[in-house]
Amino acid sequence: MLVIDSVSKTFNPGTVNEKKALDNVSLSLADGDFATIVGSNGAGKSTLFNAITGSFYVDEGRIILGGDDITYCKEHTRSKVIGHLFQDPLKGTAPHMTIEENMALAYLRASTSRHAYFSRISAKEKAKFREQLSLLDMGLEDRMKQPVGLLSGGQRQALTLLMATMVTPRILLLDEHTAALDPATADKVLALTEKIIAERNITCLMVTHNMHQALSLGNRTLMMDGGRIVFHVSGDERKKLSIDDLLDQFRIRAGKQLDNDRILLSK
Amino acid sequence: MSAIFTLSILQSALELGCIYSLVALALFISFSILNIADLSTDGCFTLGCAVGAMVTLSGHPYLALFAAMGAGICSGFITAFLQTRMGVPSILAGIIVNTGLYTVNIAVMGFSSNVNLFASDTIFSLAKDKVQASWYDSWYKLLIVLAIVLVIGILLSWFLNTRLGLSIRATGDNEHMVRASSINPLFMITVGLCVANALTALSGAILGQYQKSCDINLGTGMVTIALASLIIGETIIGKGGMFQRVIGVILGSCLYRFIVALALRLNVPAEALKLVSAIIVAIAISFPYLKEKSRFYKMRSNNPGINRKEENTNVSH
Ligand SMILES: Nc1ncnc2c1ncn2[C@@H]1O[C@H](COP(=O)(O)OP(=O)(O)OP(=O)(O)O)[C@@H](O)[C@H]1O
Ligand SMILES: [Mg+2]
Repeated sequence: MLVIDSVSKTFNPGTVNEKKALDNVSLSLADGDFATIVGSNGAGKSTLFNAITGSFYVDEGRIILGGDDITYCKEHTRSKVIGHLFQDPLKGTAPHMTIEENMALAYLRASTSRHAYFSRISAKEKAKFREQLSLLDMGLEDRMKQPVGLLSGGQRQALTLLMATMVTPRILLLDEHTAALDPATADKVLALTEKIIAERNITCLMVTHNMHQALSLGNRTLMMDGGRIVFHVSGDERKKLSIDDLLDQFRIRAGKQLDNDRILLSK
Repeated sequence: MSAIFTLSILQSALELGCIYSLVALALFISFSILNIADLSTDGCFTLGCAVGAMVTLSGHPYLALFAAMGAGICSGFITAFLQTRMGVPSILAGIIVNTGLYTVNIAVMGFSSNVNLFASDTIFSLAKDKVQASWYDSWYKLLIVLAIVLVIGILLSWFLNTRLGLSIRATGDNEHMVRASSINPLFMITVGLCVANALTALSGAILGQYQKSCDINLGTGMVTIALASLIIGETIIGKGGMFQRVIGVILGSCLYRFIVALALRLNVPAEALKLVSAIIVAIAISFPYLKEKSRFYKMRSNNPGINRKEENTNVSH
């Protein structure tokens, strides 16, 4: 589904701030793969996601999604088929617009014709949005006319997740999307994430700082450091791995301790 | 009330309020919704008036309104083009276009700095002849501008609830979200500025026909006045649906005209009017902030347990 072929990116080249954020990264995900990514601060995890979504063009390499070469596609064209959740729950929704309006915007992806520009949200769509909201079990279906700014961070992130997957994306990118939530809410959003991904067999990349999640969720684990993927494990080998093994592997491959200010070693 | 305001003063304040409210609605789109300070407003207003006046002179007062809107769209497109495709910061893009428009406007008026329409038919003179009734003679102008503004207001609030309108609103509300959801923000900014400038130019064209003249300096200070109207409107109506907010902006514009009329009634000399406007604008814009601040002071004085020494750190935000 996703092939990243020797991608490199240097920020501010030729200045004192020059920073090689991605260094010859290659990665290939099959349909329905769910890979977790862990790594130190500044390892390039978010940058990798931004390269996939197209917020900048890579210096070298190719990105192929679902068979299409999207290396030089514009960001808004790619986002038709990519779901992206940020760590900051405020980034995924428009605060001064209602829940219903936010969902209608996400649903725009489904429409291919330009005539849709001048159409309004139909009663049928409202019913559909309502039904989807009720699955969250947060009472949002009765608040569809309220501005999203009134929701809590967890509610906003759950809504964003719903919006990102409303039209099934070719790939779902989750960038520590539960890190800013309190533990109970984080669990709820995570459970919802797992459910949606499993139900629709969505291909997914998820950055996490929780070592337990890194091994228990999905079917593959990647470790990043200094703009490179330093360790990659899947299948039976992964099942046998403990958190300590994972940290050991990182130390061996990266030549240093995993250094992340948010890291969670236990459950 | 009647001691200060005569009916005719009230009436003309309402008429001007409606006409200028179109500019306030334009800023509602560019400033409140898209979060862009469009400083080409002054020039675009004059452009609308100039284009409208020339087409009116040639005998087509209705066509003049559409021609002016077309000119406004072009002006808005250039402002948008500069900021979305050429990397010019939005404030500068507005200033550049505004400067360029001065020459364009003079050229449109046949290289003269004013044009008068006393001998031409206008939408007002044509409408006046339609009905013979004494009440109509004094109210027809207000009826016309009110009708235009209401139609525009309804169309605008309808538009802002279509998918295109939603996308424009999201562009000004959360850039990250827009980029993640298949909306092209550059296109939305372009559409938004085109619509806004069409309204600004329409306002200019109507004003030109209303006062039967067009002057090259007509638009000077328009952006400040419209901003004041917009903020007065948003302060009195507050949050709500799009239609409610649009109506608020129109009311704000009328209210602003009442305040100016009041100042004139109190024998403020004509030369001082710009200063009065500036003061009204400053008060209107700082009002929401002052209200918030006074709430803080009230809260503090109602709370005896507070440590006065912390005052500085508390207020500094
Ligand atoms: N737009 C940019 N301009 C310049 N430098 C950037 C930019 N984006 C990222 N970087 C740099 O690239 C490096 C990788 O950043 P990135 O955000 O990908 O790290 P991360 O792995 O997501 O870290 P964290 O765990 O802290 O989120 C950092 O050194 C960062 O400063
Ligand atoms: Mg990151």
